[in-house]
Amino acid sequence: MYGLGIAKSLGVTMRHFVVTYLDDLKWFLQGGFGNRYTPEALPERQSPRARGIFTIQYPKEQPPLPERFRVFPFHVVDPETGKSTCTACGMCARVCPPQCIWVRRGKDPDTGRPAKEPEAFFIDVSICMSCGLCVESCPFDAIKMDQDFEVAAYERYDSFLWGLDKLMKPQAHDIALHPSDYARDQGD
Amino acid sequence: MADERQLSAVTSEALSAIEERFPGGAKPAEHVGLVVDPSQLVDVATFLRDDMDYVYLSCVTGLDYPEATNGFPARYEVAYNLFRTQGDSLTLHVHADRENPVVPSLVEVWPSANVQEREAWDMIGVRFEGHPDLRRILMWEGFEGHPLRKDWHEAYYEDDQKPFRSRFPAGDPSLAEEHAAFERNVQYPEDWVNDGFLEVPEGWKSRAEDAVYLPLEEIAAATETELRTDKVVLNIGPQHPSTHGVLRMVATLDGETIHGLQPVLGYLHRNHEKIGERNLWLGNMPFTDRLDYITSMYNNFGYAVAVEKLMDLEVPERAEYIRVIMGELTRLMNHLVSIGFLCNDLGIYFTAMLYALEEREFILDLYEMASGSRMMCNYFRFGGVAQDLPDGFAPMARELVFERFPRRVDEMETFLLDNEVFRARTTGIGILPADVAVAYGCTGPLLRGSGVPYDVRRAEPYSIYDEFDWDVVVCNNGDVFDRVLVRFGEMRESLRILRQALDRLPEGPIEAGKVRPTTKVPAGEAYGRVEHPKGELGFYLVSDGGANPYRYHIRTASFVNLGILGELCRGHKIADVVAILGSIDITLGEVDR
Repeated sequence: MYGLGIAKSLGVTMRHFVVTYLDDLKWFLQGGFGNRYTPEALPERQSPRARGIFTIQYPKEQPPLPERFRVFPFHVVDPETGKSTCTACGMCARVCPPQCIWVRRGKDPDTGRPAKEPEAFFIDVSICMSCGLCVESCPFDAIKMDQDFEVAAYERYDSFLWGLDKLMKPQAHDIALHPSDYARDQGD
Repeated sequence: MADERQLSAVTSEALSAIEERFPGGAKPAEHVGLVVDPSQLVDVATFLRDDMDYVYLSCVTGLDYPEATNGFPARYEVAYNLFRTQGDSLTLHVHADRENPVVPSLVEVWPSANVQEREAWDMIGVRFEGHPDLRRILMWEGFEGHPLRKDWHEAYYEDDQKPFRSRFPAGDPSLAEEHAAFERNVQYPEDWVNDGFLEVPEGWKSRAEDAVYLPLEEIAAATETELRTDKVVLNIGPQHPSTHGVLRMVATLDGETIHGLQPVLGYLHRNHEKIGERNLWLGNMPFTDRLDYITSMYNNFGYAVAVEKLMDLEVPERAEYIRVIMGELTRLMNHLVSIGFLCNDLGIYFTAMLYALEEREFILDLYEMASGSRMMCNYFRFGGVAQDLPDGFAPMARELVFERFPRRVDEMETFLLDNEVFRARTTGIGILPADVAVAYGCTGPLLRGSGVPYDVRRAEPYSIYDEFDWDVVVCNNGDVFDRVLVRFGEMRESLRILRQALDRLPEGPIEAGKVRPTTKVPAGEAYGRVEHPKGELGFYLVSDGGANPYRYHIRTASFVNLGILGELCRGHKIADVVAILGSIDITLGEVDR
């Protein structure tokens, strides 16, 4: 019969519509208004078992980020020395596909010979493509990927050229972001 | 040197056959395949197509050798990758003079050479004699120079290799914009004066628009009947929502009927291949993500397969399984999204597309979990994958593959396939006969929708696809509707492969030894191809033994499939153009590179 196919399509749309509200109702009956956005409800509603359409009220709510999520690199500060473990070997600058890393090796003030630490280290995050190859190639595990993606600014140039002052972050930050990586490293 | 090299069985068979018919017509090439004399190229090619079954020309690559190599003089070169449908491959090389690089065109033999020869002319500057429409394709008409020549430098050129010296050891950050692009490295036509202030000569007119419009007028004139009617030229795109990006189509119309149509490409051209030559081998991996940004995992797959061919690397079993899982998830996602976007083009508005995107979210969640990024995964490494699967991956993937996706694919089918309006808009539209499809080098669902059961996973199995139980999906009518049917069928087959792969996923290492990021690749050339969801994705790589590719050419399905667009649209209404384009399923990131 002509029109039956259209009716079937409309049925699918209708089901999606109804299921969404039924899902809302389920969470409402369990805990009243706002219950569907609680930390208990969100993972369930975003899982493969989810029914209906869901919306995340960003930035009020944020979905959990997986541990491997990567945005921009940062320097891990060793709690003992208070310095980065970077030796300014330039490996990251070498592998960086879009060439967003600038490294300048420091000089030892007494001898004048090159020192094993960076005098300057810049990352232009407006160029960075978040590939993570610098982290993979760093022989001293001095840089790790951060997960802070909210870096909007009013100006395009200086705000995105991050120097050492902005890149250095305590080791605790790294451990908080990558707990299972850290646990594995400790186990070795 | 070259004569002592061991030829593959297929190549030496072809060599002796050619030697018999055309004495002295071919000799072994530097790395792979045969060198054919330009004067005999068309005859040899016709012979190979008709008598040796090399019906399918996959890839045409222009190469620039400013220095002599291994007994061959300095030259321009064109490489043709030919295939039998069973998978046997043969590479032909043609050498062209450095002063006046001309080779005969093969468009008459394989029409698929059309767009690719135009690309080689545009990028390398080899002229193809006898090509019906030898214009630039990615750059605009009137552009000075050929960007992939080794002596051509881009506007912000710093160095031939990374790292640029300003990065390390200088470490002195500056903006690219500060390098005064318009004073260095920009080539202008000879009669232009540039002394700080660019002067355009009086009466100068861009040739670009004429080059686009004039051939269309010829088509219009050729189809003139007794009743003279005016043809209207209509530009669709580059800023148009149903062109899937920045594709521009120029159509001549008679009323609402398409008389002639040609795609104008290059609005997203970023000279990916030149960037690739500056990068380390591994450094290209994140760039391949940005080719077809819907299916980044499969682009990684293709590049990894090609480089592993060069490096002769074995991939451990677990890594192969992970690769197949990622690859088939990508195919599922791509087909869902492409059907969704086709519906969007057809005027079903956002409903079907959002249903598709909803499922895509879950696959992106899986990607994010495994690789750390939703779209730009950068997950494959030479000889394996970057990281092992995390703990939560397998349960979620199983839940999706065994429970959710089969239901959703069924639902999508109920939603669309019986719908009278959808059928009326897609049945009998854009019919592509099988022989035309093969001649034009179409691949993927476009080819299989025309009744040719050709799938690289079957024809030349890579990775471990031969260990799974699955079928090649074929439909026979070759219209838009059949291409949709093929995609539905392939989603089911992908789910079948995924179920087997998830059930059998072995334990073990995920990388064949640690390949360092700065690894050098042995000198040679390789053409690695995979069955990307949109068709055949090939990487033609040449290594000179260094840490960077010498030549890095990508044959993408979207680009070659677009060559047939004008033919498919002729005679249809303007509203059908978007349906046909949607059914070809292109991504502009991969078309323009």
